[in-house]
Amino acid sequence: MPFREAMEAKYRDILAKYIEEQKESTLYLAQKFSRKSIENQVTPEEIISLHKMILQEMYPEMPTYVTHSFDLLLEIMLGYGFAYREHQSLRHQQKELRSEIEIAANVQHTLLDTEIPVVEGLDIGAISVPARLMNGDYYNFVQDENQCISIAIADVIGKGIPAALCMSMIKYAMDSLPEHRNEPSILLENLNHIVEQNVDPSMFVTMFHGIYNYEQHLFSYASAGHEPGFFYDGKKKEFTEITARGLMLGIDKKTKYTQYEKKIEPGDMIILLSDGVTECRTSEGFVEKDTLLTYIDKYLHLSAQEIVNRIYKDLEQIQNFQLRDDFTLIILKRSV
Amino acid sequence: MNIKIDLFENDRVIEVFVHGEIDAYTAPELRDILFPLSKKDEVQMVVDLTNVNYMDSTGLGVFVGIFKNIRAQSGELRLMGLSDRLKRLFEITGLADIMDINSPIEGEVE
Repeated sequence: MPFREAMEAKYRDILAKYIEEQKESTLYLAQKFSRKSIENQVTPEEIISLHKMILQEMYPEMPTYVTHSFDLLLEIMLGYGFAYREHQSLRHQQKELRSEIEIAANVQHTLLDTEIPVVEGLDIGAISVPARLMNGDYYNFVQDENQCISIAIADVIGKGIPAALCMSMIKYAMDSLPEHRNEPSILLENLNHIVEQNVDPSMFVTMFHGIYNYEQHLFSYASAGHEPGFFYDGKKKEFTEITARGLMLGIDKKTKYTQYEKKIEPGDMIILLSDGVTECRTSEGFVEKDTLLTYIDKYLHLSAQEIVNRIYKDLEQIQNFQLRDDFTLIILKRSV
Repeated sequence: MNIKIDLFENDRVIEVFVHGEIDAYTAPELRDILFPLSKKDEVQMVVDLTNVNYMDSTGLGVFVGIFKNIRAQSGELRLMGLSDRLKRLFEITGLADIMDINSPIEGEVE
């Protein structure tokens, strides 16, 4: 039996039953009926029209004022019917958008994917988790034939889809500047031009770029307004903030960047992060720098990847598992 | 998560008092109010952030946008009353070097 006919018969049954005897169990049947009709996209005015028709069949003597009153009710419910159909169509569109964003997030993941280089004497760990579906943070490793590893960590100001799209552009811009890979300050200068010219004027990028020479264990770096990371001195067992001044990318075309160098000794560590790490908020306030360093200190004996994973888990937990911002943490550890 | 913005406009001088938090949720409101004003000729805008207890990078983006607009129209932007945490945000990003942040008011004794 087609659905509409079955529905009519069912409704006739329920209505007759209820008029005869006002039982709770019949009301329950009515509830079930309404769920089923919503599922099958039956509109409110269709139900009223059905109700009117069945009443007329059951009671041919029904007073005309009752029939008229149903006509009025029908008219009123038409508006509700429209609203309902609009709601249905929005829900449908929302589903479509969501699945498109999910696909975009996957594409982004593939585009921005980077492999952590494996080098003897150096232990590298990295984690990047978006607060929403798409990530506005980015990190990238490139190993070259000159015993150097290029490390970039960046954050687009802004969140969500626009930030993520912007990041994909930065990655391709970086890939197209291979000749400058060994000079972080020059790489930032070039990227600054690209961001300044091509990205929306209200969108800005912070980036830290470093080159680790694993033959000499020399780390050269420059920062474009990026959240400062830390050096860990394995001998003194001390953390110091990496101070590197420089303006964010995309603000001033003429910006120059200062390049710094640091010798990395056995047991030393380089910790790079995004502001999603330092801007962690709990009910008691911000996660202070010292708290973060105590966490790192606690896991020092583990591998770099283990350390970043554990810190993420800990900070996620104290924030009640709700990231406010994209979270990226990278650790490079020179083996003893 | 709320924001209150008080505005005092006197010809080209615009004083803005912000109360509350500036984050991804409230920044659009701040932007909608300040952007049109920042595009006027030679404005002298002072934004008082004494009562802002939190600002994230989205808020920073709004101020950079306003700063660029105002500079393009030969105006001036001054931010004042920033807490240490807010000041740090401007320092890290290098913005403190190009923007007027917490500078003492003329005639004020430091």
